[in-house]
Amino acid sequence: MTSPVALDPELESTPEPAKDEQKLEGRSPGQLMWQRFKRDRTGVICAWIVIFYFVVSLCAPLLTKLSGTNPYTLYGQDPTFADKPVLDDFGLPLGYLGGVSGDHWFGVEPQYGRDLFAMLVYGMRTSLWMAVGITTLVMTTGVVIGLIGGYFGGRTDYWIGRVTDFFLSFPQQLFFIAFMPVVTAFFVDPREETPTYFRALAMLIVLWLLGWMGMARLVRSTVLSLREREFVEAAKVSGASPWRIVRKEILPNVVTPILVQFTFQLPSTILTIAFLSFAGVGFVEPTPDWGRLFAAGAHYAEQDPAFMFFPGLALVIFVLCFNLLGDSVRDAFDPKSGR
Amino acid sequence: MLQFIIRRTLGAVVTLFLIGAATFFLFVAAPSDYASLACGKDCSPQRLADIREALGLNLPVAQQFWDFMTGIFMGRDFPTGHCSAPCLGQSFYSGEMVWSTIMDRFPLTLTLTVGGSIVFLVVGIGAGMLAAFRRGSFVDKFATGASMVLSSFQIYFLGPIVLVILVYSTGLMEDPKYVPLTQDPVGWFVGMSIPVCVMATIFTAQYTRMARSSMIEQLAEEHVRTARAKGMSKKYVFFRYAWRGSLIPIVTVFGIDFSAMLGGAVVTELTFSLQGIGRLAVNGATTKDLPLTMGVMLVGAFFILIVNILTDIAYAFIDPRVRLS
Repeated sequence: MTSPVALDPELESTPEPAKDEQKLEGRSPGQLMWQRFKRDRTGVICAWIVIFYFVVSLCAPLLTKLSGTNPYTLYGQDPTFADKPVLDDFGLPLGYLGGVSGDHWFGVEPQYGRDLFAMLVYGMRTSLWMAVGITTLVMTTGVVIGLIGGYFGGRTDYWIGRVTDFFLSFPQQLFFIAFMPVVTAFFVDPREETPTYFRALAMLIVLWLLGWMGMARLVRSTVLSLREREFVEAAKVSGASPWRIVRKEILPNVVTPILVQFTFQLPSTILTIAFLSFAGVGFVEPTPDWGRLFAAGAHYAEQDPAFMFFPGLALVIFVLCFNLLGDSVRDAFDPKSGR
Repeated sequence: MLQFIIRRTLGAVVTLFLIGAATFFLFVAAPSDYASLACGKDCSPQRLADIREALGLNLPVAQQFWDFMTGIFMGRDFPTGHCSAPCLGQSFYSGEMVWSTIMDRFPLTLTLTVGGSIVFLVVGIGAGMLAAFRRGSFVDKFATGASMVLSSFQIYFLGPIVLVILVYSTGLMEDPKYVPLTQDPVGWFVGMSIPVCVMATIFTAQYTRMARSSMIEQLAEEHVRTARAKGMSKKYVFFRYAWRGSLIPIVTVFGIDFSAMLGGAVVTELTFSLQGIGRLAVNGATTKDLPLTMGVMLVGAFFILIVNILTDIAYAFIDPRVRLS
């Protein structure tokens, strides 16, 4: 389409404003969103911090090489490190702030003397990347189920709705706890030591099975309103197959709520993983994990409160930034929704 | 109204049954032999058979399920004794009746969830409304900022911090513990105040934000504007007209959140070493104690369903346009 402005001979002679006008015209909704997002300073800062966390967790092995520690070595008990004592006679860290020193940047764990810095970066790696995997799975499942229910409607929708309601009525977090051991038992003999990978797999299955409902509902309601729109009817009349309509007409319009939901779902998945490990049914000793650090921290709180400081601060900053980022993304997509 | 309650109750019973069935069959389907788990490492075949007999594991699965379900309504007889009406079976490990174990621990969880709800609803909604009333002022900015930061804290991080500040280093308060309300109301209040407040803090933040935004939305509604145009004072309109409408989204979220609150109770109990339902759930899960886990699940689900029905009824009181149907 040519704009009437560009056709105006008077404006054609002054190239500056005309150029501006044309630039404005060419922006896709995605570009508009991106521009709005870039203008939101809080959002951009938070996005950088979140990226920083992911980079740190990706580089965990590199960082621990830099600090010269590893998350499994018991610096307090291993005789190789006897010349550099980190714990006193009561098993408490020597030095200030839980034993912060040049060797152990964030201090050491009481009793065992494991390096907190190494445990934290490795723990973040476990939590963050598992959460990314689980959230992606949950979102995909939710989107597919929501699309089917919303687009086909009728009886399909009714039964999908009932199943969703049923899953929603579970006491979710109690169920997470109860089913972790059960699901693990499907893979390994319960009397034997469970390998960490199976624990991760069990966590993935449990969170996946009981996590897709919110997304399915959101997508379904969006699709329901889209289905009646003219452009979908036009596509139908021109003979497009249902698959094509879903893929080309409906899906692009559900991307916004999906993306917004993703930024809220990811931190909550991280917290759920931490919750499971905290309750003792997720990752166990000696796998480094964020939630497990809190369980240990609560245990040592009376003798060594400093142990909790770094993992806790890291988690608060991360969740705060992710929430703020989610708000910014939502505002950028939908400028009408005020805070 | 009555019809609504009856229909919802029937629905709740069906849901409870399905949840019970799902829990039961998933547990049974898992390839773990409960008898040998209960028996320990060196277990003679004779003793294994005895345990199997005592736990009722030698019966067919369908029979076991039927026994469990009928037991809830009619009671059951175990080799060790009779278990009266709401019978949730007998723990594989301790051999105690699950119902009485749960009822022992239940008051604590009830204190946490109900006490926590009252604290966070009052404080959260109050702060949110104040922020909306004085929109743009210092109060508003403070409330929004504080709620943003506090909602990023977790119970397992905030709990120990509060303990270190109030208990371990200054000795201002004693370690949290549960004293039954009927025994010593003051002790109950003092003992549970830290856990309840810590748990409420995490949830308060979210409700502050929600109350604020829904109040601001309400203030833009036409009936509110009409009331203002009639010459009613800002305060009157605010507290008589707008706040009622702003409660609707809050009630909705509260109904959904209640299951998260049970999860919060689990974390709170673990953080403060309290003996409630949450800890039972964790114990039941880690020791694979089927009856105990079933019991906790069903009681938890029951609790959630009741709250959901209550929130639906609450709609009708808040918003006269809502018809219960």
